[in-house]
Amino acid sequence: MRRVEGKVAPLPIDDVDTDQIIPASYLKVTDKSGLAEGLFANWRGAGDATFVLDRPERRDAIILLAGHNFGCGSSREHAPWALLGAGFRAVLSTRFADIFRSNALKNGLLAIEIDTSPHAELMARAQAEPDLRLTVDLERRLVELPDGGSVPFQIDPFARTCLLQGVDQLGYLLEQLPHIDAWEATHAARLDTRVG
Amino acid sequence: MPLTLLDKIWDRHVVVAPAEPGLPTVLGIDLHLVHEVTSPQAFAELERRGLRVRRPDLTLATMDHSTPTDPTIDRAALRVLDAAGAAQLDRLEENCARHGVPLYSLGDERQGIVHVIGPELGVTQPGMTIVCGDSHTSTHGAFGALAFGIGTSEVAHVLATQSLLQHRPKSFEVRIEGRRQSGVTAKDFILAVIAEIGIDGGTGHVFEYRGQAIRDLDMEGRMTVCNMSIEGGARAGLVAPDETTFDWLRGRPFAPKGAAWDAALEDWRALPTDAGAAFDRSIALDASRIEPMITWGTNPGLAISIRGRVPAPAEFSDGARATVEKALAYMALEPGENLLGRKIDVVFVGSCTNSRLGDLQAAAGVMRGRRVAPGVRMLVVPGSRRVKRQAEEQGLDRVFREAGAEWREAGCSMCLAMNNDRLEPGQYSVSTTNRNFEGRQGPGGRTFLASPLTAAASAVAGRIADVREML
Ligand code: SF4
Repeated sequence: MRRVEGKVAPLPIDDVDTDQIIPASYLKVTDKSGLAEGLFANWRGAGDATFVLDRPERRDAIILLAGHNFGCGSSREHAPWALLGAGFRAVLSTRFADIFRSNALKNGLLAIEIDTSPHAELMARAQAEPDLRLTVDLERRLVELPDGGSVPFQIDPFARTCLLQGVDQLGYLLEQLPHIDAWEATHAARLDTRVG
Repeated sequence: MPLTLLDKIWDRHVVVAPAEPGLPTVLGIDLHLVHEVTSPQAFAELERRGLRVRRPDLTLATMDHSTPTDPTIDRAALRVLDAAGAAQLDRLEENCARHGVPLYSLGDERQGIVHVIGPELGVTQPGMTIVCGDSHTSTHGAFGALAFGIGTSEVAHVLATQSLLQHRPKSFEVRIEGRRQSGVTAKDFILAVIAEIGIDGGTGHVFEYRGQAIRDLDMEGRMTVCNMSIEGGARAGLVAPDETTFDWLRGRPFAPKGAAWDAALEDWRALPTDAGAAFDRSIALDASRIEPMITWGTNPGLAISIRGRVPAPAEFSDGARATVEKALAYMALEPGENLLGRKIDVVFVGSCTNSRLGDLQAAAGVMRGRRVAPGVRMLVVPGSRRVKRQAEEQGLDRVFREAGAEWREAGCSMCLAMNNDRLEPGQYSVSTTNRNFEGRQGPGGRTFLASPLTAAASAVAGRIADVREML
């Protein structure tokens, strides 16, 4: 994955927690499919189409422009699964909660951190221009605007390399098994959960 | 070089150090706790790749989130009432059986909320790395273990390799000195800390709670504090192990025995932060100035002392103002109003924050000889079967029942409203839980987070109450 290009849904609210992204009642699943139904379920469908994802002109947005501290709270990976299920490919914020960012990047949902002032400018533009299209260039670490402007972003360098080179993180860890064997030999466990 | 507790635990668990800056460490994991909601997709990933659970002997599973806590609902009834929840329980049983992972199912005497049973069984021990697909894994840090929540992809990583790719977190000293006032609990401490630093104050950091007021807390209080580290943005919180820790652990089912106990003690005594060790950030609070706390908003940082006023949006920075306005609207509160005396509908005592024996004793102490106010529903949900049994041996269940409260089976219950234990739209609750997010306890429900003492006092008054007037 190198670039994500598409329309934007602005969500100018800080501290959006994962209970809002997907409420607990939608977590009663044993697979990852169908979670888009739960995406912002308590905010969507209020009837007046005030919530950004209810607006017809935002329906095909694939980039969520979120507020500060997006994804705080619960560790549920159902949050990025629901966003991906609804078609989102990138989330832009000034800061993500640690677990959400880790979960998102492991699923190929680009959790992109940009500075406060370009974030505010992007937010204003995205709110004013429903047809605005942005490009997230993972290779160059830039969010590109249609008029040629661009905003640099931060991303976990290891996650970026994995995404660019198609490295699967569990596969990478499995390659470390000889080291894990060696470490376990010197780090005796004091516990056996099977007897107690 | 003097080291912090975090440094010492981290360094012992480095399996592969990063070859260059920016790369993650391969970190070895001593204990992996598993529950029904965040594990099925991880086990499926193992199946897909033909992998086995590497260390079932370091893995322990229980059921807590989707379990019914209504004693009239058994497994058969659950299949009818909540097929999806029952399917999660079935799936966990299948997965654990296939991989030899010990599981405390519904009905097992050891079943309960994962962060309650780990410590009470003694599987949670100082110096360990502990993970679980649940953000309140931070609870176990009360024992001086580096314990943090992970997502389901990482659950699969740990199942398959007993290790994780992690960046070294920064350290954050939270020092609380002085003596706490009567009527003030560990819950009030942590609400005061989060109100001070904000809900993203600890992002990228691990808290270490220090100072006399922390030392003076019993293990349950320390667990309450560490539990809500994630509400301050930190994935983990730590308290250095000391005699209080060792006394608590000694003789627990999984605690080391005999010579192994002595060896463990020697090891654990070397863990606390060295004098002169540097932290990346520090804050200090004075326990004697902390009052009973209560949240008014829709995140745990929006808290005031029980006699305080609900703030106005203008008192916040530009960025936070919209959040505050949204919170006020959702909670239907006016700036400047007092919460004290506000009518409530529900009181919930439970959750991995405040469902241990000491929490129930505290609440029962207030309820004894009193009644839940007319029109108020009170649920008391013990954190584990063991807590439930101990509470019943002490007659606490009778205290609650005679007061008119519901006495439930162990589980998460109304903390996250995955089943029918939930608030109705518009209802107000005083809850001993950790999250007051919109809809957390049921769509449209409004949550005031507080201590078990404040919750019990409010149940009796039918209104938000200052427990200090009832002690
Ligand atoms: S009690 Fe609440 S916060 Fe704790 S593990 Fe259960 S759902 Fe999560």
